[in-house]
Amino acid sequence: MGVLVPSTLDDAVAALREHPDALVLAGGTDLMVEINEHVRRLRGDETVVAVGRIGELRTWSHDPATGTVRLGAGVTYAELARPPLADLLPALAEAARTVGSPQIRNAATIGGNLGTCSPAGDGLPVLTALDATVELRGPAGERTLPVRDFMTGVKRTALAPGELITAVTVPVLDGWQGYAKVGVRNAMVIAICSACLAVDTPSRSVRLALGSVAPTVIRAEEAEAFAADAVDWDAGTVDDAIATRFGELAAAASRPIDDHRASAAYRRHAVAVLARRLLRRAFPER
Amino acid sequence: MNETYHLHVNGTRYEVADAWLGESLLYVLRERLGLYAAKGACEQGECGSCSVLVDGELVCSCLVLAASAVDVPITTVEGLAEPGSPTDVQRAFVDAGAVQCGFCTPGLVMAAHALLERNPNPTETQIREELSGNLCRCTGYGRLVAAVQQVAVERGRRSS
Repeated sequence: MGVLVPSTLDDAVAALREHPDALVLAGGTDLMVEINEHVRRLRGDETVVAVGRIGELRTWSHDPATGTVRLGAGVTYAELARPPLADLLPALAEAARTVGSPQIRNAATIGGNLGTCSPAGDGLPVLTALDATVELRGPAGERTLPVRDFMTGVKRTALAPGELITAVTVPVLDGWQGYAKVGVRNAMVIAICSACLAVDTPSRSVRLALGSVAPTVIRAEEAEAFAADAVDWDAGTVDDAIATRFGELAAAASRPIDDHRASAAYRRHAVAVLARRLLRRAFPER
Repeated sequence: MNETYHLHVNGTRYEVADAWLGESLLYVLRERLGLYAAKGACEQGECGSCSVLVDGELVCSCLVLAASAVDVPITTVEGLAEPGSPTDVQRAFVDAGAVQCGFCTPGLVMAAHALLERNPNPTETQIREELSGNLCRCTGYGRLVAAVQQVAVERGRRSS
């Protein structure tokens, strides 16, 4: 078994070219849990490429001209939860604050959240609602994918062998945005359902992404279309009946399963509650 | 495996030889370097008893691959102060009755130090949130919060 600790992105890509099946290790908050629990046994010939020291992956930039924030894959949840990133991407900050503990947030990265691609990943509904794009680099060069195309299934992504997530570019929207999740306790818990709502005021549109209720994070397109039409945009308000209907459409969009954490029926109910709550936070009652 | 690597812990350079490269930093600290303060309990990053500083950041050492933590400063409780000269945080923990069985104490001392570095005057809510990654089965947390508040007050008095 080999552990490589490249200090530049080029070195990391070269290492992955040589070992395309290598495990990529960033914060370790997913991979090390699997290794510790012996779920993933490291074979004698396996390679780990640890990318946590690559400075280039830990930087971020804001481009006011395009209205986007480009986050290096190594940006941690702790950084996302504080200013200045929290001011630029408030829903992502809200999601970041729900992730684990301070110790976890100091290590866990947005790239890791994408790479693991659990439907319960807290950053993913926000990235999905905001139509983020994921940058990849590999032996064949660089490519960019919309996050919705990057997530292909439960813990499955469009990553090709030897490819590394290098960054995710997130549009900065003009409007209210927020994240909410339900778990079996109040902290340090996986989402049994989650939602991100983002308002784009200039286009008078609402985006709603749902987590833990389908194999990947999904957008609730019918709910979004309904809200765009039904919100009183001039007054910035929403009737109770509209908020309730919005929740119902969100529940209808979800395809949850029964598992040891929650039943499908509860998840559908909880999604309706979260969607209604988020819309109510975005638009007060008339 | 007989790869050799080096870790910088508490200002000392340690050689780790003949180790399985998949070992966590927690394992290496305890089983290979004789630094027993960091405790192993959940090995999932949920209990915080293994908390250390890596490159100045509070993390769970059970989730750090030791062989990847090369070339960065690592600080454990043993490195916070000389034996016999506890830090103000450690003294406050004792004074406030925040040390009962002692199992959570090293992790909590690291977390309290990290919290006060970042936020010298935390509110109670902030203290509880910043210590939320450390479980304690004995104290009910009230004494831990009181200990941190005590340090914040003392440091405030010292600097004013």
